[in-house]
Amino acid sequence: MRTWLRQHRQAFAQAVARFARSGGLLSALVIGVALSLPAGSYALLESLRSVAARLSFEPQISVFLAPAAKRAEADALGARLKGEARIAKLRFVPREEALKELAAVQGLPDLVASLGRNPLPDAFVVTPRDPGAIEALAADLRKVPGAAYVQADAAWARRLAALAGLARMGLWLLAALLGAGLVAVTFNTVRLQILTQRDEIEVSKLIGATDSFIRRPFQYLGLLQGIAGGLIALAIVALGLALLNFEVRPLAESYGSTFRFAFLASRDAIAIILFAGLLGFAGAQLSVSRHLRAIEPK
Amino acid sequence: MISFSAVAKRYPGGQEALRDVSFTVGAGELVFLTGRSGAGKSTVLKLIPAIERPSAGSVVVNGQNVAALKRGAIPYLRRNIGLVFQDQKLLYDRSVYDNVMLPLAFSGHAPREAARRARAALDKVGLLTRERANPVQLSGGEQQRLAIARAVVNRPALLVADEPTANLDADSAARILDIFVEFHRVGVTALIATHDHALVARYGGRTVQLEDGRAK
Repeated sequence: MRTWLRQHRQAFAQAVARFARSGGLLSALVIGVALSLPAGSYALLESLRSVAARLSFEPQISVFLAPAAKRAEADALGARLKGEARIAKLRFVPREEALKELAAVQGLPDLVASLGRNPLPDAFVVTPRDPGAIEALAADLRKVPGAAYVQADAAWARRLAALAGLARMGLWLLAALLGAGLVAVTFNTVRLQILTQRDEIEVSKLIGATDSFIRRPFQYLGLLQGIAGGLIALAIVALGLALLNFEVRPLAESYGSTFRFAFLASRDAIAIILFAGLLGFAGAQLSVSRHLRAIEPK
Repeated sequence: MISFSAVAKRYPGGQEALRDVSFTVGAGELVFLTGRSGAGKSTVLKLIPAIERPSAGSVVVNGQNVAALKRGAIPYLRRNIGLVFQDQKLLYDRSVYDNVMLPLAFSGHAPREAARRARAALDKVGLLTRERANPVQLSGGEQQRLAIARAVVNRPALLVADEPTANLDADSAARILDIFVEFHRVGVTALIATHDHALVARYGGRTVQLEDGRAK
């Protein structure tokens, strides 16, 4: 056990020395730049998602009464809607509550205060039983007497969700592509390192070094390079977001918002570093298993 | 210790290095392997640590049939054999001391014990004062002695040397052979390939002569 630990320590020290000597830092920089793309996009998407999460993605239909309609007319419409089998949930939003909600939206309290009287109508928020049939239900609701204006407000929300899904898919594709690039970069670094260590590997084999002993420093090299690349990627993302936020702040403030692009959650950041390390290890492993066998003492 | 029986070795391309070689080296023996260059001395020596595999026949080292050895078992076979090569195979990117330390890195000795062994091996070949030098700075004889120090640092029971005195002047060659004889005296089995009959005559060990791919 102590021997095993000592050998790993030695292999790790060798890997660090080789990493420093062989321009491993440059390769790590290449990896970092490549990884910063998906990592940065992910951070941007996550920030936008937290905003979008506040919006409802549940398909709903808003049924507005005429602004001048009396409460009794609203009750009559409510009774009629209750009888509709295709409606799962029905919520009445009185005009006073609608005004309160509007006032709660950031940046608008001044506007609301400046209004002399409540311009909003009473409304019903309808959740259909079958989200797919929302347009047909909305069309039927438009024919119901008392309904002045019917809006199926799910379409844009669904479009946004679809767009976010698309962006997410693109992000995964990008990550997979650049992950493969990371493996290739490490593969090559380790290949070059094996070539420069050719004599040492040959002699080590001659005097009884096992394959796993010879492999170990190279595996650590790949792991180190991947982790260094992951750290560099995070640094680039942090720097990029800071620069973006510098520009976003006046824009957000003009909307009365405190929105900022947030850095990756620490869980995600750690995941990126581990992922990069793992891919580096995989690249080294591939390279070593391919190239070490070719070096046999003659 | 070593037993060759009816060993043949054909290299890819059809070149037949050994036809039918049989001989044994008993434990504690000092045996010279002689023959003209190209007689197959190097091939015989390469078969012992499984650098090459025989095309036919069996090579038994330390009771193990080398020809049938699995790839994973080869390192453990080699750790018990001190190998000295014609071209030394030293590493020129590190000091004399670090060259000797190399075999100790994976044999699992504690650092202090490893350092002690390395210095003891260097002392035996008279290179203790040069431990910080780079092998490039050593003379041919010194480089060969360094190769011996590296071969014996793990205290193998068997020493195998391929033309260790080639390209050396008479004094250096004698010194190298003296070192082998000293190891032989303390019980190490040694098989030394050489074409220098004068040296062999002086030390008077048993001789196995290779001729035409056969042992005499």
